[in-house]
Parts: sequence; C-alpha cells; structure tokens
Amino acid sequence: MEKDIREDIAWAQINKDVLKSLESPRRLYWVILLIALAMIGVAVGSEIYQYTTGMGVSNKNNSHVWSLYIATFIFWIGMSHSGTLLSAILHLMHADWRKPIYRFAEAMTTFSLMTAGLFVMVHLGRLWQVYYVMPYPNERWVWPNFQSPLVWDMFAIATYLSSSVLFLYVGMIPDLAICRDNIHAGWRKKLYTIMSLGWEGTDRQWRNFRITYLTIACFLIPLAVSVHSIVASDFAMSNMPGWHVTSFPPYFVAGALYSGCAAIITLFIILRYVFRFEEYMTLPIMKKLVRLTFAIAMVWTYLNLIEFASVWYGHDQTAKDQLIFKATGPYAPYFWAMIFFGSILPLMLAFKRFQTHLPILFVVSILLNVGMWLERWMIISPSFAHGHYPWTWDHDQWPSLVQWGIVFGSFGWFTLLFMVFCKVFPSVSMYEVKEMVYHRTLALKHKPAVKGDY
Amino acid sequence: MSKRHLLALFNDFDEAVAAIAELRAANIKGFNMDDLILKSPIEHPEVELVLGDKPVNVQWFTLIGACTGALLAFFLVSGAQANFFAQIKGGKPIVPLPPNFVLTYEMFILGGVFITILGFLICAALPAKRSALYSAKVSEDQIGILVKGDESAVAAFKAIFTKHKALEIQEEAGK
Repeated sequence: MEKDIREDIAWAQINKDVLKSLESPRRLYWVILLIALAMIGVAVGSEIYQYTTGMGVSNKNNSHVWSLYIATFIFWIGMSHSGTLLSAILHLMHADWRKPIYRFAEAMTTFSLMTAGLFVMVHLGRLWQVYYVMPYPNERWVWPNFQSPLVWDMFAIATYLSSSVLFLYVGMIPDLAICRDNIHAGWRKKLYTIMSLGWEGTDRQWRNFRITYLTIACFLIPLAVSVHSIVASDFAMSNMPGWHVTSFPPYFVAGALYSGCAAIITLFIILRYVFRFEEYMTLPIMKKLVRLTFAIAMVWTYLNLIEFASVWYGHDQTAKDQLIFKATGPYAPYFWAMIFFGSILPLMLAFKRFQTHLPILFVVSILLNVGMWLERWMIISPSFAHGHYPWTWDHDQWPSLVQWGIVFGSFGWFTLLFMVFCKVFPSVSMYEVKEMVYHRTLALKHKPAVKGDY
Repeated sequence: MSKRHLLALFNDFDEAVAAIAELRAANIKGFNMDDLILKSPIEHPEVELVLGDKPVNVQWFTLIGACTGALLAFFLVSGAQANFFAQIKGGKPIVPLPPNFVLTYEMFILGGVFITILGFLICAALPAKRSALYSAKVSEDQIGILVKGDESAVAAFKAIFTKHKALEIQEEAGK
C-alpha cells in the first residue's frame, strides 16, 4: 500500500520544511498575490461605483431582487464546509491522512466565511445601515422577527465564523510555539510569542488541549450542517417555485461539501508547488481526497435528481413549469453546464489515472467549482425570472458588469487572505504530521516479522 | 528548604517513560511525583499514562457554556416575542417553540465553544510565562522531564536521568 507520508522523515526536518514556507515561497506566490490584488481592485472599483450611483447599476430589479450577490454569498458559505469536514469529521474518524492538509482547509473555511459576509453588505446596498442585520429592538421595543430564516442566518453564520476562527487558532497553538522557538527576531517573533500563549507542550497542556480540540470538533460538525440547512431554509421556507422543496437542506449541505472539497484540491496543488510541500501533500493523500470528492459529487447528483423528481411528480404546476423553463429557456446553457460540470465531469475522478494527475486535477477542480457556482445561480435567478405571476416574469435580465466585477473580485479577496495566512502561519500542522510519523513508526515496530505472529 | 529544578532532555521516548517509572518507583526523599512535568513535541497519551490518572475538567466548562448559551438564546427570543402578548396572533402561539429551537441550538453551540476555550485556558494555565527551564528542542523532537525537588534529591534525579540516556540535563535553583 502506498504511504501517505514517509515514516523516516526526521521531526527536525518537518519543522524546517514548514518554517521555510513562512520565509521563501516560490516566485509564483507573489504572482498570485498580485493577481489577487488586481482582482480586488476591480471589485472595489465596482462597489464604489454602485455605492455612489445606487443599486440600479447592478441591474437588479423588482423581479430579480436577489441576483449574483446572493448566489455568490451561498457559494462562499458552501465553500467553507469542507474545512470542517476535513478537520472535524475526519478527526473524529481518526483518518490520519487529513493531518498534513487540514490546517489550510480550516483557513479556507474562515476566509470563505469572511468573503461570504461581504456579500451581505454588498447586497444590502445601503452600507451605512449594515447594523440592521444585527438583532436588536427599536425604540418601541420591537425586535426583528426571530421566526425568519434571515435572522437565523445571521446567528448561524456569526456562530460558525467565530467558532471556526477559534478552532483554527486553538489547533495552531502548538505550532505557533514552534514558530516562536525558531524565529529569532522581528514582528513575527512578537506575534508568535503572544499567540502561542506561553505553550511549552507540558502533559497538562496536551491533556486539556486534546479534550478541547475534540469537543470543539464535536460542536463544529452539527454547526456546519445547521448553517447550510439554515441557508437552505432562506429558500425552502419561501413559496417560490423551485425552492419550496423538502430536500433543500441536505441538498445544500452536499453541495457545500462538494464545492469545498473541489476547492481543497485546487489549493492543495497550489500550496504543494508554491511552498514546496511535496513531502507532506503527497499523491496518496490527494488520491484519498479525490475519492472523497467523487463520493460527495455522487451524493450531490443523487440529491439533484431527487429534487427534480419531486418537482416533476409533484402537484405544483408552477414549479414544474419553472423546471422546464430552467432546462429549455434562456438559462438552459448555464443549467446544462451545471449538470455537466457538477455530475458528468466528476466521473473522471473515478479513474485511477486521473486521481493523481495534478495538472488535470487542477483544471477539473476549478471546473467543478464553476459548476457549483452555476448551481447557486441556477437556484436563484430562474426562480425570480419565472415565478408564480406572469406579470413579474423577466426572462431577459442579465447581471450588470458591476455585479460580475464584484463577484470576480471576491475570488481575489479570498485568495489574498488565504495566501497571506499561509505565508504568516504554518499551513501544514507540524505537530500532527509528527504524530502521524510517530504512529506509523510505532506500527512498523510492532508489525509481526512473519505473517501470523499474532 | 530551597527547591531545585532539573530538566532532562531525551531523544528516545521509551527511555523517558522508563525514567519516569523509575522516578516513581525510587520514592526519592524530597520529591513528589506531582512536581514532575513532562514536556513533549506531540500529544503523548501513552507516556502520560505513566504519570498516573490526572483529571481533565474542560468538559464541565463545555456543559455550563452550552446550557447557558441555550438558555440565554431561548429567553432572549421568547422574551422579545412575549412583548407582543397583547397583539392578535390569529391563534398562533406567542412563543412558537419550533422556530425558537433553531436559535437556541445555535447559541447552545456558540456558548459551548466559547466557554470550552475559556475552560481550556484555565485548565491548561494559559497564557503563561515560559519557565526558565525550557528548551526549544522540546517543540522539535525531544521529550523533556522537568522535576522539582529538594537539594538532597538532585543527585538521585541525575543518576536516573543519566542511566536512561538523557541527552542534556539543565539545572536551576528554584523556590
């Protein structure tokens, strides 16, 4: 069997390799950073234009009250779920192979949530009234409607973001201590000294750390599921055709895990090259990740079929018309592109030869996410374009360049945050990789010399 | 009587375990096993076993935090809704339980996570100033045993550490 990681790798070498990533990445790192900054520039320019001119420039109208902003908001919320999957669920399942890659997946969770949060503000338009999102009473003690999924959203996302940040931080404390011990001067030394909280790796610290990490992992799993179920409730609890479907929450959760896994593959390949992590982000680990992505893709495909079938065989004629409209109307190219990228393309991942072919995986993983972004768009826009009342139909609406510019820039924003994080903090968990190596060495030591010794 | 601190560094984890077991068995005068601290680069439950059973209390904080979060959320939401007791609700409940469960659940988790972290910091005594006897090697690949004992116990400590192939022994006068 192929090894996830070499068991003869020296622990000091693990420290050295990971700490090196904080110092000198390949030149591509700076290229990525520059591209990200340029993309952010586009988004900032678009947002300034929208802010000063008015929401009309986004081309949203009375029919299309939600458009790319909310579609992309859901996309980014969804993207965050795989960090939890890799770090929390696989942690509870004792899947050792997650250890070298979970840290950046957790960081991905945090930064995609931060990116998603921006879309709430962009969609709101009136930035100066952003505090309206917070639940507080007015001067007559009238509180927001706590029965609305939009209020649940605010609570769920705030809880998920703060818990994810804490989970990421707590899991990093032993590594921050390693950084503190090995970096001898400058702002980084101060930062690591403060953030490592004086960690010394004592038995008392490890004992409490182990329980704390496990406990937060246990909390994060239902939290992640609840967050996307609540986001799905924004749709499923309304009466719009195409949205009022019972299977929406699991469908959203599966879609979230799917897009997140695809993003982890993309980032895995980038980090492996940029930070020279070939020893840690190995091909056997990639193979497992690809298989996991394939399995989730098939679950998502199944739930898609369930959703279509329940609309098709249901009694809601408008919802059925809407489904036909999606598949044959002006949105048909995007709808079928979603089906192709989301359900057909991942079939490639079932073949062994593609499971470790990094250039192909890089392209496929990006295309899978294109499919998943289209999925979110196909949930929102066709329902607004072809709702219950014919006089509200607007089949020709197309998002303006302002909307596209902000969506485009959000990818730059995420990339910038993520890449800066990977340069400042260790993106491979050093202590967990050491544990992995240690346990493998122990297993080899106790392996029977002759089959049947036990 | 003044106490002395000794930190012995080991490369071999089995030797470190053996050293701890011997320290326990030797029953050295002027030394208590509670004054032994193990420092290690990784989580090491099997080595910690030789130290004996030491309780972890983080989960109590978790329980308190989760329950408090849930109760706070439920009473905040229900209290806000109860403001409308005089309003005609068309036969619907003033405090509807199923939708309130969602926010109660979210705050249950939020309270649980926050107070668990607080519990971790309290139970692990963090943040703390690093002790004078600390080696960066402990965060790399070596295991450290820090002992505190009377002046008279130092020779016995050193003999045991040397016997178990300690790479280095650091010493410091303590209180």
